[in-house]
Amino acid sequence: MFSSTKFNFIIPIISVILGLVAGAIIMLIFGYNPILGYQALWNGVFDSPFFMSETVNRITPYILTGLAIAFAFRTGLFNIGAEGQVLVGWVAAVWVGTAIDAPAFIHLPLALLAAAAAGALWAFIPGILKAKLGVHEVIVSIMMNYIALHITNYLIRSVLTDNQETTEPVKQTASLTNDFLIGLTGSRLHLGFIVALLMVLVMWVILERTKLGYELKAVGYNQHASNYAGMKVERNIVISMLISGLFAGLAGAMQGLGSFGNAFTNTAFSNLGFDGIAVALLGGNNPFGVVLSASLFGFLKVGSLNMSTAGVPNEIIEIVIALIILFVASGFIIRWALLQLKKGEKK
Amino acid sequence: MENYVIEMLNIRKEFPGIVANDNITLQVKKGEIHALLGENGAGKSTLMNVLFGLYQPEKGEIRVDGKKVEINDPNVANRLGIGMVHQHFMLIDTFTVAQNIVLGSEPKKGIKIDMKKAVREVQELSDRYGLQVDATAKISDISVGMQQRVEILKTLYRGANVVILDEPTAVLTPQEIKELIVILKTLIKEGKSIILITHKLKEIMEVCDRCTVIRKGQGIGTVEVSETNPNDLASLMVGREIRFSTEKKPAEPKETILSIEGLTVQDSRHVDMVKELDLDIRAGEIVGIAGVDGNGQTELIEAITGLRKKSAGKVTLKNQDITNMPVRAITESGVSHIPQDRHKLGLVLDYSIGENIVLQTYYQKPYSTGGFLSFKRIFDKAKALIEEYDVRTPSHLSKARTLSGGNQQKAIIGREIDRNPDLLIAAQPTRGLDVGAIEFIHKRLIEQRDQGKAVLLVSFELDEILNVSDRIAVMFDGKIIATVNPKETNEQELGLLMAGSKLEKEGAQN
Ligand SMILES: Nc1ncnc2c1ncn2[C@@H]1O[C@H](COP(=O)(O)OP(=O)(O)OP(=O)(O)O)[C@@H](O)[C@H]1O
Ligand SMILES: [Mg+2]
Repeated sequence: MFSSTKFNFIIPIISVILGLVAGAIIMLIFGYNPILGYQALWNGVFDSPFFMSETVNRITPYILTGLAIAFAFRTGLFNIGAEGQVLVGWVAAVWVGTAIDAPAFIHLPLALLAAAAAGALWAFIPGILKAKLGVHEVIVSIMMNYIALHITNYLIRSVLTDNQETTEPVKQTASLTNDFLIGLTGSRLHLGFIVALLMVLVMWVILERTKLGYELKAVGYNQHASNYAGMKVERNIVISMLISGLFAGLAGAMQGLGSFGNAFTNTAFSNLGFDGIAVALLGGNNPFGVVLSASLFGFLKVGSLNMSTAGVPNEIIEIVIALIILFVASGFIIRWALLQLKKGEKK
Repeated sequence: MENYVIEMLNIRKEFPGIVANDNITLQVKKGEIHALLGENGAGKSTLMNVLFGLYQPEKGEIRVDGKKVEINDPNVANRLGIGMVHQHFMLIDTFTVAQNIVLGSEPKKGIKIDMKKAVREVQELSDRYGLQVDATAKISDISVGMQQRVEILKTLYRGANVVILDEPTAVLTPQEIKELIVILKTLIKEGKSIILITHKLKEIMEVCDRCTVIRKGQGIGTVEVSETNPNDLASLMVGREIRFSTEKKPAEPKETILSIEGLTVQDSRHVDMVKELDLDIRAGEIVGIAGVDGNGQTELIEAITGLRKKSAGKVTLKNQDITNMPVRAITESGVSHIPQDRHKLGLVLDYSIGENIVLQTYYQKPYSTGGFLSFKRIFDKAKALIEEYDVRTPSHLSKARTLSGGNQQKAIIGREIDRNPDLLIAAQPTRGLDVGAIEFIHKRLIEQRDQGKAVLLVSFELDEILNVSDRIAVMFDGKIIATVNPKETNEQELGLLMAGSKLEKEGAQN
């Protein structure tokens, strides 16, 4: 008998393998060489320190949005608003990073804090509406995404700059980049991954080791029993959303203080928040699982850019990612197939 | 050669860390009501889930009408004419009776569902078996007893020849049980066979033809009901003698612990369910509330424990006004509550049994210091309670969901008593428990009383009320209409009172 924890591992791994195999088949059907294609994918990341660093920079915000979604999921909420929370976090970080003068040990933490607070505030609104009025958080979050998109554009054009589409770069004291790393890799590899990994630990500790986590999960599983146990259900819903939004806001800071070092107007969403849903799903909503799945996502996204050298269109990888998610989501089918296999063995 | 409809031969089913069914054989004759008896956690539900195709056995053989079959999912079971009514119902609240019944096998008109036909078919079926179900009623509007009939209809609609009923009477009132028994007899007359799981030996004696006993996952044997008696059945199942009435010394009530004055409580539809109710409970006594379900007992308890708002009145606990306190403050001031609905209120099913043990105390020392939990302390406590209350589980880390119904209940009772309350509220504390466990729980309640606790017992089982309480308050239409001494009354008198008739001799007060 497979235990459920074992399944939590097996299903994502099988899904990834199936996704890659399906990608290979599609390449074959369309007349590309899958071996060359995947070789180019691999080389696209591991051939040079530059691209390896770029990959790390890609992974970092994925980890954080993955955590945001996973944290909400684990506490019974669906924070589809990570997208908007990333945007407000991004702009808040850049705002603090450009507007203030302070020594680095104050400036950088302050900018990170601003991003976290902005993300948390953005998540607070769906949280409080759900807690007090029972409005579903998905509906409100989606609306909050659009509000974030337009407000951040407005702020960039009218407050942070004088009718520009791009802000000044953040001051060095607020930047996550670091001369040593830049010198080493020639890339914009920044220290954000430390922040992200720290947050992985934070999420794990909150959920698995604290009384707060005990309450949040209990409310997510069974509100009636939580109420019976004397927990404040409404307050806990809001706290879950705040923490989830905080992670997403920090993902924005990674971009604003690290990878890009500025903020710019957007006509569409960055997709970091939406991809976070996939990351969380593939990572089994476990903080360490999120690190692994974010790494896979970062690797595939950066590596795919190199696939054109093998004559393979990089959209193939988008298909592979979509298929992986599909397989994970239909995990019960895989579970069923495994059980059938097991039964077959016994006979 | 006997004529068996169902034969389960040498079935073995394992779960991680536990063998739930170890070499069990069950043979059901055509046209009989076959009882399945065993302690909580003995493996009854598991065995039935194997027969219904929800679990795959590791070993063993199933035969239907003498033919070997492979039942790997419930659809196969349905096709073979096996239907099951689960311990916890599986109906969709917002659908009507007919919609629930035809779900998955809807009559079609072209590609559209022919709802008229569905309603007609369901109604015909209901009339034929005397179920008196209204096919167009919404599930959320009908009683638990009716919902159970809907589940039975569902199996019949799918063509069941053999109906499995997993503890159907645990959730029913005595009146509803009588009606169910009539229904079961009708089913048999129509040529069906029934497998009935129940912990109530009286019911087995009354309706069943044969009874298979399992103990700790092992088949003990099958007996003819006409050749046995409740005592023998109980000892077969538990492996020792069982006492059906618990001995206790007379109560020595002391100071008043709980005092309720003029309490009025509304349900969620804003109907007054408790009406200007007065009740005192003193230290060292067990007050039993007798009453037909729906006369305000649930709302009364929810109001005392702070789960429901009070629209008028006052509740005092040890001279402290707790009327408007939140749940946690009431709990902390010394109230324990064994809730009626253990799945909805009593447990977080996806938490381990260990985590559930500290559901109200997780934030206190020594379980939590500075916001961090000490799982060592929590699990030490859990292990101790599991041991003390004989909760059968592979480990304290097992999800509460995986425990058998009776063992979930034992865990809750252990948790609530262990908090050492001044007032212990027990709502249907022995629902779904085996006779051995009931004896154990009753002893515990009396022990609490002897230690000077006030105990409020709500139960639909008159046996239990008469046997355990020191004072019986009869609740009717939101009020306490009589208080009687259990030694001076009997089931008949209580039955009349519960139906609302007044007591002539008001002398039995207190
Ligand atoms: N899904 C599951 N996973 C793991 N263990 C399980 C699962 N279902 C049941 N068990 C274990 O198998 C044993 C038998 O459980 P089962 O529910 O069959 O008991 P039961 O005889 O129906 O008891 P009750 O009268 O209390 O309902 C128990 O020890 C229980 O903990
Ligand atoms: Mg059971």
